[in-house]
Amino acid sequence: MAIEVRIPTILRNLTGGAKAVDGEGATLSELITNLDKNYPGIGERLVENGQLRRFINVYLNDEDVRFLGGLDTPVSDGDTVTVLPAVAGGMR
Amino acid sequence: MLRIDRSIYDKIVAHARRDHPDEACGIVAGPEGSDRPERFVEMINAERSPTFYRFDSREQLKVWREMDERDEEPVIIYHSHTATEAYPSRTDVSYASEPNAHYVLVSTRDPETVEFRSYRIVDGVVTEEPVEIVEQG
Repeated sequence: MAIEVRIPTILRNLTGGAKAVDGEGATLSELITNLDKNYPGIGERLVENGQLRRFINVYLNDEDVRFLGGLDTPVSDGDTVTVLPAVAGGMR
Repeated sequence: MLRIDRSIYDKIVAHARRDHPDEACGIVAGPEGSDRPERFVEMINAERSPTFYRFDSREQLKVWREMDERDEEPVIIYHSHTATEAYPSRTDVSYASEPNAHYVLVSTRDPETVEFRSYRIVDGVVTEEPVEIVEQG
């Protein structure tokens, strides 16, 4: 068993086109480090200065990890992590 | 070029008018790779602001999953500007992350005039494109 990570279109150039990849770790932070080993470059697209990037949404199963523990959120085998670019903007 | 049915065009404009003076936002989904905007989905502006919009993150997950199950993608991502022209702002460009999407901007600054414009935003470069409205027979 592993953790399934669903990859958005904009990051699939880093996963060889795969929509979903498997990773391992006890926390979201460890999972991202593990992903970055197999798919170099993906880490910096998700994390900046030790925090999740503002314009990236990461979900553990059905919940936005910002409402859980952010990068410290515990994850376990069988979980699904979904990455989506935030859709936002404004007149300024 | 963006080709869009009159009925969907009208729904986007109506949503923008209804939420004025806040910014309205949403998507039109279509079959992957088809470039056909077919399924109109109004989204909540989590910011409820006249100057900023952001999809509610939970609603976005739900809508993106639905698209996944139906083999769809967001063909149009739309939002309104309530006091300025229908042109992507610096913030809009910095957040644009769907190189295949048509970014539609509607301005509601004038209640009498419809400003409806469409853009591609790829790697920070904005390109306006013509909009063809398809009248249904």
